[in-house]
Amino acid sequence: MRIFVPATFLVLLALAVAAPGLITGVDPLAADPLRALAPPGADHWFGSDHLGRDVLSRVVYGARHSLTIGVTATVLAVTAGVLLGLAAGLSPKWLDETLARSFDVLSTLPELLLALLVIAITGPGTVNVIVAIAVAQIPNYARVIRAQTFVVRHAAYVEQAVTFGRSRLAITAGHVLPNVLGPIPVLATIGLGTAVIAASGLSFLGMGPQPPAAEWGAMLSEARNYLRVAWWEALFPGIAITLTVVCLTVVGRRLQRRFEGRTP
Amino acid sequence: MTVNAAPPAVRTLLAAEDLRVSFVGTEVVRGISLSVAPGECVAIVGESGSGKSVTARSLLGLAGPGSVVRAGAFRIAGRDALGFGPGDWRRLRGRFAGLVLQDALVSLDPLRTVGAEIGEVLAVHDAVPRARRTERTLELLASVGVPDPAARARQYPHQLSGGLRQRVLIASAIAAEPELIIADEPTTALDVTVQAQILRLLAERKAGGTALLLISHDLAVVASIADRVLVMKDGRTVEEGPTGQVLSAPEHPYTRSLLAAVPSAASRGTRLSTAPPLVGAAARTAGESPAVGGGPRTAAELPPAGGGVRVAGEPPPVGRAVSRAWPVLAGVGLSKSYGARTVVDEVSFVLHEGETLGIVGESGSGKTTLARLALGLLEPDAGRVSLHRRPWSGVPERGRRPLRPRIQLISQNPLDSFHPRHTVGRLIAEPLSLSVSASLSASLSASASASRSLSRGERRDRVLDLLARVGLGPEVAGRHPRELSGGQRQRVAIARALGPRPDVLVCDEPVSALDVSIQAQVLDLLAEIQAEYGTAMLFISHDLGVVHHVSDRVLVMKDGQVVEEGDVEQVFTRPRHAYARALVAAVPRLPRARDVNVT
Repeated sequence: MRIFVPATFLVLLALAVAAPGLITGVDPLAADPLRALAPPGADHWFGSDHLGRDVLSRVVYGARHSLTIGVTATVLAVTAGVLLGLAAGLSPKWLDETLARSFDVLSTLPELLLALLVIAITGPGTVNVIVAIAVAQIPNYARVIRAQTFVVRHAAYVEQAVTFGRSRLAITAGHVLPNVLGPIPVLATIGLGTAVIAASGLSFLGMGPQPPAAEWGAMLSEARNYLRVAWWEALFPGIAITLTVVCLTVVGRRLQRRFEGRTP
Repeated sequence: MTVNAAPPAVRTLLAAEDLRVSFVGTEVVRGISLSVAPGECVAIVGESGSGKSVTARSLLGLAGPGSVVRAGAFRIAGRDALGFGPGDWRRLRGRFAGLVLQDALVSLDPLRTVGAEIGEVLAVHDAVPRARRTERTLELLASVGVPDPAARARQYPHQLSGGLRQRVLIASAIAAEPELIIADEPTTALDVTVQAQILRLLAERKAGGTALLLISHDLAVVASIADRVLVMKDGRTVEEGPTGQVLSAPEHPYTRSLLAAVPSAASRGTRLSTAPPLVGAAARTAGESPAVGGGPRTAAELPPAGGGVRVAGEPPPVGRAVSRAWPVLAGVGLSKSYGARTVVDEVSFVLHEGETLGIVGESGSGKTTLARLALGLLEPDAGRVSLHRRPWSGVPERGRRPLRPRIQLISQNPLDSFHPRHTVGRLIAEPLSLSVSASLSASLSASASASRSLSRGERRDRVLDLLARVGLGPEVAGRHPRELSGGQRQRVAIARALGPRPDVLVCDEPVSALDVSIQAQVLDLLAEIQAEYGTAMLFISHDLGVVHHVSDRVLVMKDGQVVEEGDVEQVFTRPRHAYARALVAAVPRLPRARDVNVT
């Protein structure tokens, strides 16, 4: 099955996040200047970097940083996006229009640019990167949820709940919300890939976790100075980022095809 | 339309013997034999799942992917169809046989004008020279009774009414002048007057020598046009013969139960289905005297309803039957417009306790809008609605909420009205959590038992009781509505509506999507419930037979206005308004169907 390979990789990735010690026993921060820039070999499978740290270990531990940022940002963006989209979909026209147009304006800006703008205001740091990415992704979710809300709020079962005498809040929470969430798992899986890229990108620019933290984007940033002498220092974190994003997207698209047309 | 005896079969257009169709190992058509001669109308009658549509489609090589068609003998237009390849079938379709399907909106290409649709048939079959195609298209449209064909030909399917779309579909089916028309439920989605027109159109074609194979679930439709009838059940023919004989002197018990299940004037006050009433279950739910069998309106000895909540200080009405003293629900001068279109125009109605008020009208007559006004889901532009003599329209939703449980809705498509992910048990429990706990006493002096919320266990018991009341087993509670049949779903919807012990049930086309025997069961159930609880019903339907069967009084609507109102017998036997007369006259009738006794 085509889904098997990417899924296996994602499981491995999850393991790296949860218990990196199980994959590699080497400390990602242990520098050994004498063995700096060693090519891939028996001692260092992925080679060592300019400070003599094990690249494999840094890539494995780096998953924690990159994915934590990605996942947290996605969760934040989904939560805020769903609430805003739902609010827009249920609001009076003027408020809905205001919210909808602001989603549109935000969507016109590239996500990374928007995230940089937020960083420019808040300053660098892991938490700020998370917030920046989340803000940049909110419109994606909010727009979809708003459209779904329009459909669901006129559904017969929502009207039926009105005839039972249920309150507006109870109907929104009990009937509207669960039925607008359909596309979210798929969107979030794909969105997670984008968030990981954004996280790496911002770290590459020095906005994210600060050295010596092992973060894929930051690793790339440091490695680019040694690219001519030590290709491995940049190659392996680069592969990690690429594989993560590709696998997330493949799995996400696969889910999308699977659930397509299965609307509530 | 007079039904003449079939003309002597000079030549058989289509003859199949022992036709069998199976899909991945499951046989859905199990040995059907039929033949159609020119100028003859053969009807296949059956309920959904009987295999009648598959039979019709396989006669045109359209049984679908994964199907295996076998037959003892299968001759079409004098050729052996058993060895037909896709090309042979293609040449046959349109030229030899035209197909008319039920839903014209999905059968017509939404992105093409209807003129282009018909023109394509002409082009494919090279029926007329290119130069004459437009002209011929207009001729065809005119021949099926489309007014102003030149203008209509430039329109898209969605711009036409259901009746016009069906005519267009017929026009494209007959464009290549086929010798045989296969019509699969051609009038099912149509209003009764439009249905009459389409049937007349088909009868004209038949008189012109075209053979007609009619697939229908509606025995009355069949009665009006078919020469021979084939009754199908579970993929087999259970009865076959000349129409008059099958419908007036049926031999097979299934045919008899099918005929008995058709609601009409004569069936008033009787049970339609042959299944016994759910007496045991009823007694359990009511906690009072057992349900009364037999007629729904022999209600003098009925117990007081569990949900009877009355306004303090006002005298309770005497008797639970049709008590004209107590208007449970009333609307005065109701109007509702959308933009320039007035959907409901100055409509007034009164629904008394324990009474059924039928509302008939064709699509677009404003029936459903009236139902929504009655339910307080829409605010009228003018006029007012009152429930239990209290204002029901023009009050904020918060003020309406305590009274909401008193009036419940049963809609045509129960599946749409169910939260898509909830189980049956959860669906039925939803209104329960509110019905009793909601502060009814705030606006009405409720009985002492009706002012606390139900515990989880009580709610579960109540759900099972309600399920039992509508004839469903407790195991259904854990299932999803999607896994249930149409009739079972409607039962679940009824159980849910009964949960809050309403005084008024608004039934908006509650049986329109159901097969006639299932429809019979649901109508019987509603009658039992009314007899047991004295619930008043606002019964909306386009089906005059159904309305005649259930209603005490009837309101006939047309273009948002009430054109006739009165006692059911008076409206149906001596309609005063011209439209009501036309409506009653358009209903296809069964020949002496009531002579049939179900034993």
